[in-house]
Amino acid sequence: MRETAMLEIRNLHVTVDDKPILRGLELEVHAGEVHAIMGPNGSGKSTLAHVLAGREGYVVTQGEVRYMGRDLLALAPEERAREGIFLAFQYPVEIPGVANIYLLKAALNAMRRHRGEAELDAVDFLALVKGKLRLMDMDETLLYRAVNEGFSGGEKKRNEILQMAVLEPRLAILDETDSGLDIDALKVVANGVNAMRGRERAMILVTHYQRLLDYIRPDRVHVLAQGRIALSGGPDLAQELERRGYAWVEAEARGQQAGAAGGQR
Amino acid sequence: MGKGSVQLDELISQEYRHGFYTPLDADAVPRGLSEDVIRLISAKKQEPAFMLEWRLKAFRHWLTMSEPHWATVHHPPIDYQDIVYYSAPRGKGDGPKSLAEVDPELLRTYEKLGVPLQERELLAGVAVDAVFDSVSVATTFKDKLASLGIVFCSFSEAVRDHPDLVQEYLGSVVPYTDNFFATLNSAVFSDGSFCYIPPGVRCPMELSTYFRINAKNTGQFERTLIIADRGAYVSYLEGCTAPMRDENQLHAAVVELIAREGAEIKYSTVQNWYPGDKEGKGGIYNFVTKRGDCREANSKISWTQVETGSAITWKYPSVILRGDNSVGEFHSVALTNHWQQADTGTKMIHLGRNTRSTILSKGISAGHGSNAYRGLVKVAKSAAGARNYTQCDSLLLGDRCAAHTFPYIEVKNPTARVEHEASTSRIGEDQLFYCQSRGISAEDAVSLIVSGFCKEVFKQLPMEFAVEAQKLLGVSLEGSIG
Ligand SMILES: Nc1ncnc2c1ncn2[C@@H]1O[C@H](COP(=O)(O)OP(=O)(O)OP(=O)(O)O)[C@@H](O)[C@H]1O
Ligand SMILES: [Mg+2]
Repeated sequence: MRETAMLEIRNLHVTVDDKPILRGLELEVHAGEVHAIMGPNGSGKSTLAHVLAGREGYVVTQGEVRYMGRDLLALAPEERAREGIFLAFQYPVEIPGVANIYLLKAALNAMRRHRGEAELDAVDFLALVKGKLRLMDMDETLLYRAVNEGFSGGEKKRNEILQMAVLEPRLAILDETDSGLDIDALKVVANGVNAMRGRERAMILVTHYQRLLDYIRPDRVHVLAQGRIALSGGPDLAQELERRGYAWVEAEARGQQAGAAGGQR
Repeated sequence: MGKGSVQLDELISQEYRHGFYTPLDADAVPRGLSEDVIRLISAKKQEPAFMLEWRLKAFRHWLTMSEPHWATVHHPPIDYQDIVYYSAPRGKGDGPKSLAEVDPELLRTYEKLGVPLQERELLAGVAVDAVFDSVSVATTFKDKLASLGIVFCSFSEAVRDHPDLVQEYLGSVVPYTDNFFATLNSAVFSDGSFCYIPPGVRCPMELSTYFRINAKNTGQFERTLIIADRGAYVSYLEGCTAPMRDENQLHAAVVELIAREGAEIKYSTVQNWYPGDKEGKGGIYNFVTKRGDCREANSKISWTQVETGSAITWKYPSVILRGDNSVGEFHSVALTNHWQQADTGTKMIHLGRNTRSTILSKGISAGHGSNAYRGLVKVAKSAAGARNYTQCDSLLLGDRCAAHTFPYIEVKNPTARVEHEASTSRIGEDQLFYCQSRGISAEDAVSLIVSGFCKEVFKQLPMEFAVEAQKLLGVSLEGSIG
């Protein structure tokens, strides 16, 4: 017997601009677990991440998502964040004129207010951030630059993990955080992520590469294809995918869908 | 995507927070404008003859002029005979001698506005010359300033107590023939602020005026004159609010700045006049002439403005760079929301050698707001080595607002260098979502993004007003997101 899942996705159908992207996706993630989601380009991995974070424009036409026993889809994006969901963006956004540290502080204090905790003052906050900066092996000057503006690809990704480390989410969704990182940076990011693994926290890693999973060993690996989880397995599945590609999974998924359409299960 | 603009709309459409009306017994002259009305105003203020003469010359000239229509703003015709040109809270014909004499109702109004009128609050370093409708009700810290030889008082007092200074400088930057609204102001101006900083004196505190239009149908015509004598320095802040009204009100002010050799004047405005309601009903017509004169060498004048209010804003704080090596700056944030219209910008007139000017304009349009930047950079033949840098950025919130840029450049000296950069961007749904996904509410996200956009201008404001300006932007944008 397991406790109820932290995240429970049932029969999720999502359209973007009237185009169906997710078509009956099922996924369960429990506290303490790390799940990897792989799958071909355009299969809907980022779509799933955005739907969970509450981005508008993604229309849920069917199904439900429960998070901590609540209807996640009923919450505004900022409410989801305050309830502990964090999305590390595949393409982090630039905000000119807004200091990185200012955004971080506003974010952390918004969460603290939500939890009924006192806001951190500038001094305490700086001490906290500096500790996390070391963990991410990041230069302090990045704190005072405008959010992601002029950051290198790798700096942007590290900055996402820095935010995660500061905000300490319950459920972290990392969308291709490994893409564009050099080997050393990949290790740093992986260390940062591993340092945050814990019994209370769950993570979903969207990735294309086995490489990341060498450093962060997932509990489960899923393949997203044809708008649903076409195949799930243990860490070995990632290796198999690396060898064989996705074509066979997609073929199986198509077969399954055809079967389902014919009324069989 | 569609939902994004709906959210923006709600955030933008917040209510005006300073919209209350203080019922005071007003001492007003009859509606309309004539030589008799002008004589009456002048008499009520016990003005010397030169002042009345000047007013009458302006009035006679005004009769020959017609309203300008070149700006990208639209409004129904203004009936100048339907305006009350003078209104003073009753019993204050002469202005109160101390705070104790001020109508408590009035003080409460200021309290609601958050004006730091009380002396103890002024210890924070702000001396306020508060203009309530037409008469200055309280001027604080005058004594301390007086010990440095600084004159900071209402315009009426200056006319009475320092007629020589007034006569020497009044109209020397904005002549009474200047333009329709400035000429009207010259004829009927009721009060305003006057400031003189003697040679070599650095004014030790920010000087501030808080304007507020209260009485119904009262056009407010104040006039500000600031003189920084040789080597003097002053930083001046003007803040404005007006109560909510259905009808439109006219505000035609004139500000003249004179910087003599090596002097510096920083003039900052936070303008939050009533902008009208969501349907575009009511609101202030803000037609203002502001001009600085770098009259002698090595002087500097900088204008910083944060314009979030008024139904229509029409103003071009300008600098005449007459002295060699003089410097002019213009930093502006203009926000238009709902049906607000702003046509604002600056003129930099380079006459002296090696004169420099910088223009930084940030326009934000939301709702059906329309925002135009209109800037003139003129380099005369005499201005060898003159330099100008202009940067003009527009930010659009939603898709029903508009931004226009009209740069005019006239260069008569081949050694001059003039640069102009412009950009227009839309507030990104991706930026909003990014902030929200970090737990920041949509409203806070918009004001975060907008204040990031305005950062370089806010940096120019005195610290405490930068904070106020940032809050004001947040308030003005509230409701554009749900
Ligand atoms: N706004 C949009 N309008 C139309 N189609 C969209 C829109 N956003 C996403 N899509 C489509 O949805 C599909 C899934 O996109 P998504 O970004 O989720 O894929 P992904 O699995 O993350 O791919 P990648 O591995 O390349 O990051 C793609 O075909 C994409 O083109
Ligand atoms: Mg993706």
